Amino acid sequence: MNEHDMSTFWHWWVVVLTLANIAGIYWLILWTSKKRPGEAAEGAETGHSWDGLTEYNNPLPRWWLWMFYITILFALVYLVLYPGLGRYAGILGWHSGNELNLADSQYIREQQRAEERYQPIFAAMADRDISSLARDFDALTTGRRLYLNYCATCHGSDARGASGFPNLANGIWQWGGSAEEIRHSIVHGRQAAMPGLAAALGDEGVEQVAHYVLQLSGRDDANSALASEGESKYNMFCSGCHGAEGKGMAMLGAPDLTANTWLYGGSLGAIKKTIAEGRAGVMPAFGELLGEERAHVLSAYVYSLDRQ
Amino acid sequence: MTIVWGIVGMLVGVIIAAQLVWPALNTHLEYFTFGRLRPLHTNAVIFAFGGSALFATSYYIVQRTSQARLFGGPLVGFTFWGWQLVIVLAAVSLPLGMTMGKEYAELEWPIAILIALVWVAYALVFFGTILKRKVQHIYVANWFFGAFIIVIAVLHIVNNMSMPVTLFKSYSMYPGTMDAMIQWWYGHNAVGFFLTAAFLGMMYYFVPKQAGRPIYSYRLSVVHFWALVSLYMWAGPHHLHYTALPDWVQSLGMVFSLILLAPSWGGMINGIMTLSGAWHKLRTDPILRFLIVALSFYGLATFEGPMMSIKTVNALSHYTDWTIGHVHGGALGWVAMISIGSLYALIPALWGKERMYSIKAIEWHFWLSTIGTVMYIVSMWISGVMQGLMWRAVNPDGTLTYNFVETLVQMYPYYFLRFVGGAIFFLGMFIMVWNVWKTIAGTKAVTHAVPQTAH
Repeated sequence: MNEHDMSTFWHWWVVVLTLANIAGIYWLILWTSKKRPGEAAEGAETGHSWDGLTEYNNPLPRWWLWMFYITILFALVYLVLYPGLGRYAGILGWHSGNELNLADSQYIREQQRAEERYQPIFAAMADRDISSLARDFDALTTGRRLYLNYCATCHGSDARGASGFPNLANGIWQWGGSAEEIRHSIVHGRQAAMPGLAAALGDEGVEQVAHYVLQLSGRDDANSALASEGESKYNMFCSGCHGAEGKGMAMLGAPDLTANTWLYGGSLGAIKKTIAEGRAGVMPAFGELLGEERAHVLSAYVYSLDRQ
Repeated sequence: MTIVWGIVGMLVGVIIAAQLVWPALNTHLEYFTFGRLRPLHTNAVIFAFGGSALFATSYYIVQRTSQARLFGGPLVGFTFWGWQLVIVLAAVSLPLGMTMGKEYAELEWPIAILIALVWVAYALVFFGTILKRKVQHIYVANWFFGAFIIVIAVLHIVNNMSMPVTLFKSYSMYPGTMDAMIQWWYGHNAVGFFLTAAFLGMMYYFVPKQAGRPIYSYRLSVVHFWALVSLYMWAGPHHLHYTALPDWVQSLGMVFSLILLAPSWGGMINGIMTLSGAWHKLRTDPILRFLIVALSFYGLATFEGPMMSIKTVNALSHYTDWTIGHVHGGALGWVAMISIGSLYALIPALWGKERMYSIKAIEWHFWLSTIGTVMYIVSMWISGVMQGLMWRAVNPDGTLTYNFVETLVQMYPYYFLRFVGGAIFFLGMFIMVWNVWKTIAGTKAVTHAVPQTAH
């Protein structure tokens, strides 16, 4: 809704009601302050009584009246200066910038001021490549601040992730750990797609493949009999993405199964659930929110995390 | 029932305050999570505790000051049982997650309709009694109760207009920004008429009664009543500063909130100045102390409110704990303390006793309430202002200085203090229960004077 869309009827409706209420209050003060013939003397009781309760006919306290007048005056001055009375825009021409009407608004002006002040800082950093920025103390400080505000909610303040949110500090990269790959993850986001295989494998098959996966990661809780049953099924259903040796494929976001690092938990139960039901991890795209230059600096910080 | 619901509501309040300090208390059961208990707390203290106190005192006051029995016969019983049913339904449906999603108007449509029916019955009883009155003039307390009853009916019905989908779910009739505006027009006037005007009605009876002095100024009553009821109507938009709400609506919300300062203080002045010539009674009468300290907290909260509605102040205070502190200055300091004081004056009168069983216990209750309230609001002020400042702090490179978790870590000590303050206030309520029990169970009954005929 924009104030200039208001029809003439509603414009006057607002103006009249607003001014009538303020004028009404002022009139009320004058009317109550007036002495009327036959009323009780000032400071005496009015003569009414309810359940033994009476009231004095005291005048309005002067300091209180002045406070009242000052607020009324403030309101009137404010309504002359700023938008308030319907379509009237106020002589200062100020507006916050609601939806359709952004030009010359407080919102745009503050954005521009911030851009003028901060853009050069980021522009200078954006000119350098990520691996050199990752050794620059100032760039890392800024990058860390960006990280804490935009990434820490999911990946944690210490970047060690949580269930479903990758650890960024252990050198294992689902989508690749090169500077360009990290930057791509941040700017464009990622969408992983592990399909559910319960229908294809059956309960028994899921169990067998899970043991084979455990064996791939070198775990001693793998049952070798079940694992060897699972191997052929793995080759048929899983190796397309995770590779024949289970090393994964960064291009598809298919994790390395030999690293014994588990995004959704490494217990037998969790692995079976992943195989049976599938997983669909999402990293949102931050390019539009941050802009290319900030994303660049942030990439350098994330890049530095497993290289300290 | 007021006291019972007071205990229940405040208990839930103390629980959710503790949940904020020790998140594990949310448990793994969804029924006990903060998100579901918080609306239960607000509904219980506002509508169950506050509402019951208002029904009781308004029925008592309108009869005493009109010198007429309540009008409506069975309607009176209906308002009591209907209201209790509303409260029980709220206590069941809110933890189950049934909600309209509107703050202070969470209850789903079947309960909302029941509220509307009870409220219409309440209006019939109240105004019927006023019409039957044997006194020429209507007492000032009844102006406030009357305004409260009419306006709450309008607010409740308009804000709850919605389209039911099932018995337990409905969707608001209004779109987007308009829905938000109507919600806060309701929300702020619920504060203005339920929690302010109605409790001023309570104050206008019990303060002069307890002090044994005439009301300070009849003229002040007239001005501040009409100014208060007309200006409050505009104040809602200050809950939506810097949102999609059009600029002109935000401006009007702000300027009318500011003008509201003087009329709000009118009630405080009229109450406190009624004591002139009887100040010494404060030393000996803890009930009067309850009433007067409640008025002071009222003055504090109604000064703070207009200040927070100024857009530049609001830019700092909005969404922080400052708002929570402000609300509890009003809720604990004003609403609860004026109700407690009034109940201490009302209960002996209703049960034909000369006074409460233990004055000493009232004294204890008074100090616990005052200390609890002060601890609560001071801790929320500090944490709120700190929050606001931390959220807006910016590094030389334009990034935020503190991320959200860092601000949260700083809140811990204050959340703990708030919990302690709330618990102290809560403790006082048990003293009240004991004292009320002893008073009602006691044997020395005296007959109270029947209201004299007015001239």
